[in-house]
Amino acid sequence: MSFEQFAMMRQELFLIVVSLLLLIAELSYSTAQKHKVINFSLVMMGLVTIAGFFPTPTGTLFGGMYQSSSLTQLMKGILNIGTFVVLLQSAKYLKRDEMKDKISEFILLLIFTLIGMSFMISSGNFLMFYIGLELATLPLAALAAFEKYKEKSAEAGIKYVLISALSSGILLWGLSMIYGTTGSLYFKDIAANYSNAPLQALAFIFFFAGMAFKISLVPFHLWTADVYEGAPINVTSYLSVISKGAAAFIFVIILYTVFSPIVLMWKDIIYVVAILTMTLGNLFAIRQKNLKRFMAFSSISQAGFILLGIIGGSVLGMTTVIYFILVYIFSNLGVFGVISAVSNATGKENIDDYDGMYRTNPKLCWVMTLSLFSLAGIPPLAGFFGKFFLFSAAAQQGLYILVFISVLNTIISLYYYLLIIKAMFINHNVSPIAWFKNDFITRLGLLICVAGIVIIGFSGQVFDYIQNISEFWYSISIF
Amino acid sequence: MNILTLFIIIPVLTMIGLMSCRDKKHVKIVAAIGMSAQLINAAVLILSFLYQRHIGNTEQMLFTQNYLWYKSLNIHFAIGVDGISVAMIGLTSLIIFAGVFASWGIEDLPKEFFTSLILLSTGVFGFFISIDLFTMFLFYELAVIPMYLLIGIWGTGPREYSAMKLTLMLMGGSALIMVGLLGIYFHSAAPGGIFTFNFVEISKYQIPIEAQRFFFPFLFVGFGVLGALFPFHTWSPDGHASAPTAVSMLHAGVLMKLGGYGCFRVAMFLLPEAAHEMAWIFIILTSISVVYGAFSAVVQKDLKYINAYSSVSHCGLVLFAILMMNQTALNGAIIQMISHGIMTALFFALIGMIYGRTHTRLINEMGGLMKVMPFLGVCYVIAGLASLGLPGFSGFVAEMTIFVGAFQHPDLFHRVVTITACTSIVITAVYILRVVGTLLLGPIKNDHYLELTDAKWHERLSVGVLIFAIAAIGIAPLWLSNMITDGLHPIINKLGLVSMNLLGFNF
Repeated sequence: MSFEQFAMMRQELFLIVVSLLLLIAELSYSTAQKHKVINFSLVMMGLVTIAGFFPTPTGTLFGGMYQSSSLTQLMKGILNIGTFVVLLQSAKYLKRDEMKDKISEFILLLIFTLIGMSFMISSGNFLMFYIGLELATLPLAALAAFEKYKEKSAEAGIKYVLISALSSGILLWGLSMIYGTTGSLYFKDIAANYSNAPLQALAFIFFFAGMAFKISLVPFHLWTADVYEGAPINVTSYLSVISKGAAAFIFVIILYTVFSPIVLMWKDIIYVVAILTMTLGNLFAIRQKNLKRFMAFSSISQAGFILLGIIGGSVLGMTTVIYFILVYIFSNLGVFGVISAVSNATGKENIDDYDGMYRTNPKLCWVMTLSLFSLAGIPPLAGFFGKFFLFSAAAQQGLYILVFISVLNTIISLYYYLLIIKAMFINHNVSPIAWFKNDFITRLGLLICVAGIVIIGFSGQVFDYIQNISEFWYSISIF
Repeated sequence: MNILTLFIIIPVLTMIGLMSCRDKKHVKIVAAIGMSAQLINAAVLILSFLYQRHIGNTEQMLFTQNYLWYKSLNIHFAIGVDGISVAMIGLTSLIIFAGVFASWGIEDLPKEFFTSLILLSTGVFGFFISIDLFTMFLFYELAVIPMYLLIGIWGTGPREYSAMKLTLMLMGGSALIMVGLLGIYFHSAAPGGIFTFNFVEISKYQIPIEAQRFFFPFLFVGFGVLGALFPFHTWSPDGHASAPTAVSMLHAGVLMKLGGYGCFRVAMFLLPEAAHEMAWIFIILTSISVVYGAFSAVVQKDLKYINAYSSVSHCGLVLFAILMMNQTALNGAIIQMISHGIMTALFFALIGMIYGRTHTRLINEMGGLMKVMPFLGVCYVIAGLASLGLPGFSGFVAEMTIFVGAFQHPDLFHRVVTITACTSIVITAVYILRVVGTLLLGPIKNDHYLELTDAKWHERLSVGVLIFAIAAIGIAPLWLSNMITDGLHPIINKLGLVSMNLLGFNF
């Protein structure tokens, strides 16, 4: 193997090295010094994120199984940023007494899932895709059940494992049908050999079912609320943002390359699923009182918006999906950052507990407000631009009624986001959550989210950069 | 540095200054300085604009500036003004100036209050200076969301309900607008060409008639929600009544005009064929607005609700005039936007001041206030007379122009709706005179009132400035009218061409 081939797999290799270093660090620090593992891992993750922006050679490895292009590098870079922020937010949680022995396990499991997602995004063959998918999913089940003595956490872990196993099984069945009818698992060959066999349509449905579980689309979303509620907050934020984002990325890539011959079929499916997902997510979110369940349904609804960009299979669609996920990472992590900070300080997780918090913790409330408005799509925050461009991708295909329904759903979502803002600013409370000081790492995490929300919308360069990469990838990859 | 970008920079600097204030007193001073600077900026703009036109600059948009923002979607931060925009900017700066001084007594969280108020005005200023539809829409949505906090935190009565209803309905309007804007964007050039959001460029291209018919209702109803189009006006009474004084002033005075401005600048300017075809539906709806709003105002017992329904009626008149699509009526529409804006701001300011003293807004609990508060009483009478169209004030100029313009259509349908709308003048007189009589004249109902104080310096300033503006427009409307007419020429040309092709009318 030449150096260039190593450099192509730079992201995954770096992460593997980081995880090995973490294992060594775990062994060498005594129990009292375990906190230093957290700082060490933060530094390492920061370095990986920064290194991810340096140019990577493009090409294929392992006979076409692993593909590296500027698009995959961009996608992995976005996931890195998200993981870095999640780690920043987990620092306070991991410093608790009961977490003392489990700090390294938490971080290691997180990094393993990130490695799995990176392989999944770079896959050129369904086997590599499946390995990456499983590596991304299984540690998350362990993470969801991390607080082993809490009933809800154990329930979350079991539900996640069972449902993901079922979905992976169905996905694999679909892949076997594809192999049976086209004779290959390589993305390039499948598209070339695609005939209109009914078995291939069924294969697509099974594939869609498996991916829809990961992205929490209706009607494969039923696990979301319980798992998000039971898992520790930082695992929830990771699930809702990174896991969903990675699955959405590879979903877009596979739809555009492998399933491009049947674009009319999946266009209709996605049309219906998008409307169902947005609407159901919104309607259920209105009734929620627990913030984690609330965010679960909110993220189901946001996933529906992502589908709007995918419809039609255009370049603009891919760009808007990537842009939206980038913006969504910052907005969602902003909300979870505040939830996590409040939960670490006071243990409270219900919307009613936030009543009147503005009088005691104004800055935290502003972070929450900016993040919620960004999720709702209010200008001048980045969420507005993300949603607007998604709608323009759908409008480009002439689907104006779908755009109209989506914008109405945005307004319904604004209603329930405003409920939290109402609690913080307007509701009176005799004993609101008392003022608490956040440590530097938590504040850094929240600051990065706010910076992302405020700045990304104004700079047109981000969108243009993503558009250039998408256009280049589209021109060389669509066969 | 373009004079127009100053309209965004000054409020942003004021907000930064406000957020860094430590003392409550400093907050008010910073806000006052900021908005006075804005008012001076507006005056400078009006004078420079008139000078430019005087020396013969006949460009449609003056003081333009264009920054490329999103290259891949051809979105620009493009700004420029014509006579109509300049007039609306003048209106906004006047009202936000008066609003800051009317809110001088705010006690709870003043920093956040003034910041939200000025954020609201930033959205409005940005809307009026934008030429690019995307930028316009961005500022439009920016102007809606601070309303929730302003009404919810500092409002009175059923403020949470009103705030939520207002926010959701206005965002519903912007949902419709978004669909319309995307439709215009993707039809703004022949397929395969470069699409654009710049409405000056779009106006030079004829959008296919099928697309026009599909998107015109979206845009007109979308902007109409904000402009109090029946039956989408229901956010208005509760919203205005529950809002604090300055917010009502700004909202009824300026934000509702965003709807009217958007209707004619975007919906009718860019989609003229569809406008001609579908105008009759909306004319019926707006005449209902005008008359129904006026009748509703007659039966109200709460001062603010009377004014809110009166605003529905007058803003409905604006849309009514816009739909008449000839030069006189459009001219009248814009003058009515400005005139009603100032008048309603004046009303809300006075009501706020009276409420602050008597702690009630119900008319039959108050009486004889003229003896106790002569300054406020006289100002209220002036406001009332201006509202019912007394010559010498701007209300008369506007309404007369509108009805003359509307009457120019010789066909039965237009004549009937014009006469129906004219009856609102009479109904307006009923509720205005009744309120003035019960509230200000007659015996004093409550002995506590004898101890009430008259207007303080900041209240006199705020109210005086607005009355001066109404009187100036009423006595010498020609300078305003000429400024507006210049801006109307391209729109009239486009509409006129279409109507000559379609209907054979001569204007």
